[in-house]
Amino acid sequence: MAGVLIYSNNPNYLMELQSAAAVIAQGRPVQTLILSGINSADSIKVENLYICRNKVCISDVGVVAELVKQAASQLNCDIVLLSGDRRGKELAGRLAQKMGAGVSTDVSALKVEDGKIIASRNAFGGALVEESIIVMNAQIFAIAPKSFAEAVPINSPIKEIELTIPDGVVELIASNPKSDDAVDIAEADTLLAMGCGFEAQSSIAEVEKIAAKMNAVIGCSKPVATDRKWFSEDRVIGISGKTCKPILAVLMGISGQVQFWAGIREAKTIVAINNDENAPILGMVDYAYVADLKDAVPHLIDKLGPKGL
Amino acid sequence: MNIVVAMKQVPDIQQIRIRARKPVMEDVVYTFGSFDKNALEAGVQLKEALGGKLIVLCVGNTELEDTVKEALAAGGDEALLVVDDIYSDLDSCQVSALLVEALGKIEDVGLVLFGEGSGDNYSGQVVGRVAELLNWPQIGFAQEISYEQSTNMIRVIRALEDVRETVIAPLPAVVSVVAEINEVRIPSVTQILKAGRKPKKVFESADIETVLPGKTHFIKSSLAPENNRKTIIVKSVDELLTALKSENLI
Repeated sequence: MAGVLIYSNNPNYLMELQSAAAVIAQGRPVQTLILSGINSADSIKVENLYICRNKVCISDVGVVAELVKQAASQLNCDIVLLSGDRRGKELAGRLAQKMGAGVSTDVSALKVEDGKIIASRNAFGGALVEESIIVMNAQIFAIAPKSFAEAVPINSPIKEIELTIPDGVVELIASNPKSDDAVDIAEADTLLAMGCGFEAQSSIAEVEKIAAKMNAVIGCSKPVATDRKWFSEDRVIGISGKTCKPILAVLMGISGQVQFWAGIREAKTIVAINNDENAPILGMVDYAYVADLKDAVPHLIDKLGPKGL
Repeated sequence: MNIVVAMKQVPDIQQIRIRARKPVMEDVVYTFGSFDKNALEAGVQLKEALGGKLIVLCVGNTELEDTVKEALAAGGDEALLVVDDIYSDLDSCQVSALLVEALGKIEDVGLVLFGEGSGDNYSGQVVGRVAELLNWPQIGFAQEISYEQSTNMIRVIRALEDVRETVIAPLPAVVSVVAEINEVRIPSVTQILKAGRKPKKVFESADIETVLPGKTHFIKSSLAPENNRKTIIVKSVDELLTALKSENLI
């Protein structure tokens, strides 16, 4: 039986992909490929780990796709699991075209029924959840981060794999780590979301007071980050940002656009505060409060004081 | 050199009602996805440097002849449309094959621009499939694009989750953009009126030589997630906090 090949440039996602592979392998061999540029290659603890030691520019998607395709062929794999981060997503389509495969990206769940792999992902801007089956044998899945738990590490010797490195055409000139904060909104138990209903950037300082009292993290809707530039992109909640599943989400000044909702709808309890009684969000949440943020925010700060709740 | 921006017509999802967990597809209003509009604007800003035209390329159903005016109003010089109602619901690999055939009908293409994902399916795979079929360099998630005429290369700053990379590649190339790259312009009334007069080449399925590949996916189900939320209206901060406290949330 042809096997499953796992590839990612991110050691943490490699561990999540081991768990994803366990769901679909159904007795197939599972192999993992890494390229030499990956961080801490020697500390990756998975079975059947193969490393290609040649130096390659992983920013050249054509080169990476060619290498993953060769590895899949050499290791007799027709199913490939990729991480659903940006490096994984950009690779997915090119690799699929090379392998004559079907590909599903941003996969949030996998199951097997009657020997067929069924992948779940958002569709229609996030309004729908689609379950689909790839009709050909060659199947590629780019798995959304945090959809699977990291597998237990297994000590195992790394094997080398010889691949033919194609000529690259994309050259990496500089790589600058983003100086953004270390906050990962997808890890928060309590998440406050700021939307376009806020008028002034100075509101952030006020919402931060609420966050401090609630031990919460602040995220935002996409326009607040990309258009207003009040936050960096890693604070964006939604289909093109992060999918968050906090215990409590408080949505402030958010209307309830489909693409945003897809990133928060799995929160355990959701509160919305909006001054527009017709805002769609108010009919979608657990607790809806129609109020002007200019009143609601100071009230919350006041009532959440050490003397209050 | 000409720039092509590939744009996908999608239903305006905000206006679609859900009934019994399925979208109601009557009287659908079509538009382009927001990332496609960012790609169009990126093309407008690069046009002068590359010295050519900005051509809007779309594949889809016959509504496109109307929908594309939005893109022509926002800075596209011409449009090339591959339209047929049988193209209403194509898989990414089918669209990619049609886009590549259509690109063959355009002269002197230096750059093909995409949004990071379409407004409806958002799978982000067409850019890679097209780049592979063309065997061109592919650069994703561009936040800044500049063209160096002396070397005929583009310099792109691309945004990954934890780093920003600066990469260079020779033209012709395929690039996808993120929303942060620019602000989408809202066309003036004059621009909207002029859009109707800009050249449009329209091809139908009979004009297409490529034999379309089969679909890659069988859709087992596609349903809106159930929403069983309480939808309790609270009338004051006190009421809200009391409710949250009673659930041990604060």
